[in-house]
Amino acid sequence: MKYLGLVWSALARRKLRTFFTLLSVLAAFLLFGLLESVNSVFSEVGHTIGAAHRLITESKVGFMSPLPISLDSQIRTVPGVEELAYDNYFGGTYQNPKNVIGSAIAVSGNFFDLYPELKVSPAALRRFDSTQTGVIVGATLARRYHWKVGDQIPIKALIYPQKGGSYTWTFDLVGIYHARSAMEEQDFLFRWRYFDQAAAFGNGTVGWYVSKISNPQQAGRIAARIDALSANSDHETKTQTDSAFAANLISQYVNLGLIVHAIMGAVFFTLILLTGNTMAQAVRERIPELGILKTIGFSNRSVLGLVLAESVLLVALGGIAGLILAGTVVNVLEGQMGSQLPMMPVGASIWLRGVVAMIVIGLVVGALPAQRGMRLRIVDALAGR
Amino acid sequence: MLKRILLALGTGAAAVLGVAVTIALPWVGIAALAVALALWLTLSRSGRRVGSITASGMSTLPQRMGGASVVVVGIAGVVGVLVSLLAMGTGYQSTFRATGSDDTAIVLRSGALTESTSNLDQQSVMLISAKPQVARNAQGQPLASPEVVVAAALPKKGTGQSANVMIRGVGPQVWAVRRNVKIISGRRIRPGLEELIVGKDARREFAHTAIGSELDLNGQSWKVVGEFDSGDAHDSELWGDVNVVGAAFHRGSSVTSLTVRLTDAKAFDAFKAALASDPRLKVQANTTRRYYADQSKGMTHFIRILGTVVAGIMAIGAVAGALNSMYAAVSARTREIATLRAIGFRGGPVVVSVMIETMLLALAGGIAGALIAWLLFRHFTASTMGPSFSAVVFQFRVTPELMGEGLKWALAIGFLGGLFPALRAARMPVTDGLREL
Amino acid sequence: MSPLVEIRNLSKVYVRGKQKLEVLHHVNLDIAQGDFLALMGPSGSGKTTLLNLIGGLDSPTDGTITVAGQRIDRLGQSELARWRAGHVGFVFQFYNLLPMLSATKNVELPLLLTKLSGAKRRSHAAVALELVGLADRASHKPGELSGGQQQRVAIARAIVSDPTLLVCDEPTGDLDRQSAVEVLTLLQRLNREHGKTIVMVTHDPKAAEYATHTLHLDKGTLVETAEAALAAS
Repeated sequence: MKYLGLVWSALARRKLRTFFTLLSVLAAFLLFGLLESVNSVFSEVGHTIGAAHRLITESKVGFMSPLPISLDSQIRTVPGVEELAYDNYFGGTYQNPKNVIGSAIAVSGNFFDLYPELKVSPAALRRFDSTQTGVIVGATLARRYHWKVGDQIPIKALIYPQKGGSYTWTFDLVGIYHARSAMEEQDFLFRWRYFDQAAAFGNGTVGWYVSKISNPQQAGRIAARIDALSANSDHETKTQTDSAFAANLISQYVNLGLIVHAIMGAVFFTLILLTGNTMAQAVRERIPELGILKTIGFSNRSVLGLVLAESVLLVALGGIAGLILAGTVVNVLEGQMGSQLPMMPVGASIWLRGVVAMIVIGLVVGALPAQRGMRLRIVDALAGR
Repeated sequence: MLKRILLALGTGAAAVLGVAVTIALPWVGIAALAVALALWLTLSRSGRRVGSITASGMSTLPQRMGGASVVVVGIAGVVGVLVSLLAMGTGYQSTFRATGSDDTAIVLRSGALTESTSNLDQQSVMLISAKPQVARNAQGQPLASPEVVVAAALPKKGTGQSANVMIRGVGPQVWAVRRNVKIISGRRIRPGLEELIVGKDARREFAHTAIGSELDLNGQSWKVVGEFDSGDAHDSELWGDVNVVGAAFHRGSSVTSLTVRLTDAKAFDAFKAALASDPRLKVQANTTRRYYADQSKGMTHFIRILGTVVAGIMAIGAVAGALNSMYAAVSARTREIATLRAIGFRGGPVVVSVMIETMLLALAGGIAGALIAWLLFRHFTASTMGPSFSAVVFQFRVTPELMGEGLKWALAIGFLGGLFPALRAARMPVTDGLREL
Repeated sequence: MSPLVEIRNLSKVYVRGKQKLEVLHHVNLDIAQGDFLALMGPSGSGKTTLLNLIGGLDSPTDGTITVAGQRIDRLGQSELARWRAGHVGFVFQFYNLLPMLSATKNVELPLLLTKLSGAKRRSHAAVALELVGLADRASHKPGELSGGQQQRVAIARAIVSDPTLLVCDEPTGDLDRQSAVEVLTLLQRLNREHGKTIVMVTHDPKAAEYATHTLHLDKGTLVETAEAALAAS
């Protein structure tokens, strides 16, 4: 720690050069933080505590095909299934066709029991139970349209008309739920029994079933038993864990991990070149000073250490600034467009990986200059050679 | 003090102006500027002076390979990533743009955003097909294909992971309506049977799609009898008979959409009006070209923003790196510059020569980056979930326009990276520089 | 009393490719505690090489060097570094101070290698700066000091850890007359009032007048007086 002053003075030697290098490092890690924030949504979705205990049962043909409600009583009998809920995708727009409520879903009354990560008050749940047209909305969605509990909300359905032919469905907002991230607070959840009663077609059908299982280790076996119930029928099912379901859905969009890694590979490569050049220059200029340190009695190894500390500090300062900026940007953007672009807050996992990257890059970048510093002969250094 | 503020403002304004011009000019314009510059450098006296200063400056490049490579590689990275990401968007967009034509129209239920959430009943189908703007064949039948689209999960080749593919049940007139579709092996489907033909991209991406294979869908067995090529988004689909598909997926007698061939591209407006004025119909119509182009808008827009933001952040790093390099380059040549100015050269030529050098390095980086993107991604095939929740296969397209855009970014970065060091070189007090001697 | 520095049969040979350059031939030398020795000679005579060997910056090809009873001729690089930290203080002609550190921080540098606390380091540095008469410039950076003041700070740094030996290589070579006198007077005071043993290489006869003894080197061998050196050439 006492050597920090010495290392710092080396960086302060050429303030402009250090500033620009820090800026480059900052840009690289800003990008790292932002991309990883998006990437981790996809890798972490389905990894919540609730998700480990959930199985999703969809039609074998695909999640767009409906399943009969009769499966409800059947699946409940499967040993290992503690609780069962069901959803049907609805979809609608609010006020004008541009305001698409992407996740308007008709759900069973016990839905929130299976999704403990969605926090809602017991009073709201009671109202959800007693109000036929009740709807519970995610906090971010409610904020976007300035909805409050007690509001009446007319929605224009995208798929299902009501029995009279009208596509307009009116709901009563009975509660608001909160979740960990803005992206999870976008759902518009109303009672399936309302859909069943009022829809012109699709009555008695369900998009998918959600089972809560007591023992995640048994997931595979329980899933097989559930699927066996509708084997050889005209509505064969496919059951898998929530995380597998989510991962599969994501993978169809894009191999995001690959893209992010390719971009960061290019970014870090150019960063190493840039910072390496700065460090090489910095050491070259300080050969006589390093010589002086050696005459004072600093060992070869400690000169190596000083230069490495300098390069790691350089990268770490810029990198930490970049990650902090990334976190701030994510927080701001999440509020504005968390619906369109999925983002997780820049959390511990991203920081950990970022700091490891900073240290590795710092060491790589400083290796050659540090060796040069270590190896320099005092006599030559002082002569200016 | 005032002078310094004015100078700072002036420099900032010059920087903004330079970047804005670079972005705004079509790259043909920039090429013209470059040619004009080259002519000035070789033909006019002042130009030749600047040329020789630049040449002498660049002759020291081998000694500062480190700094030069920072400029080149940093910019190559920005341009490479930009062009690659935008190529993804352009490829996706082209696939959809190529789909559809101006003389065919697609009719959906009014209010439906995509085919998959639309539905039309049989009566509507008959009413729409009867409109006079719909072309008819020699037998007087309307060239209209009622279609049912569903997304079904099939295992992918290779990974075995299941992904959604679009299954389109088509009417018997489809071959007259979608004239660009060609059977490339096997045969067409026969109506009334559980037969499928696969688009060439679907054939490549999904397992069990070879001719002769049996596909198990919704408890029924379908036979693949042919492969088709339509040169657009439909290549990612599987086609079957509309009635059989509708029945298998419990659609009853309603379909999701009706695609018709119009008598003439100009007839579309009349067609649309006819539909709107019919009180029995609650539908919306679009030319297929416009419909599919709209479908791709969201994703294309998103990819373009992604590409711009990522490259933009990388560009900040590249500008910082270029500034470092060029400041170092200028300070290494302090003595030389001071001598020039002592001799009598004004600041101007020095500024121009530093700028030219930086822009040349930037151009080299831009060309390298664009070439790398082109080499790596030129025929790269990818698939993503399209607007109807089913796979769309597309090819990245590295077009000359994209590469030109990348080069513009390179020049803009070079401009910024060279401007400030150049100005410092020009304003360096002559005596300071000479004292170094 | 045995001499502080005992040099026996010291030789240094540089090998450049096939060429061998013998810079020091069988030098024998004793330096007593409390001596202020000036080493003079034409350029190429090997005086800086001898100084570097005495200060433990380099190792001889042959012969022995004993400082305060310890043999340093066969020590390895890291052992020499440790030895230097505890036993020698250096003052050079150029580049003595680290430009980004204040005078105090420069003087504290050798103390970073000890286990002293931050407060102790600062107080030792303050004492050293006081000794060289620059206590009021403690927070100035080298860029804000004159040449003579910089050298005095360098001297403060050289003595802050109370070394056995002070080694100076042309300390006034880059200074004007006035500053040179300041520095030499300081060195003399350190020697006379504080008993510091000093070995100084210089080409300036006026500087050598401040020393207690002067020795001449010519072509790698010691000669007693300047006249003898002239006679030998």
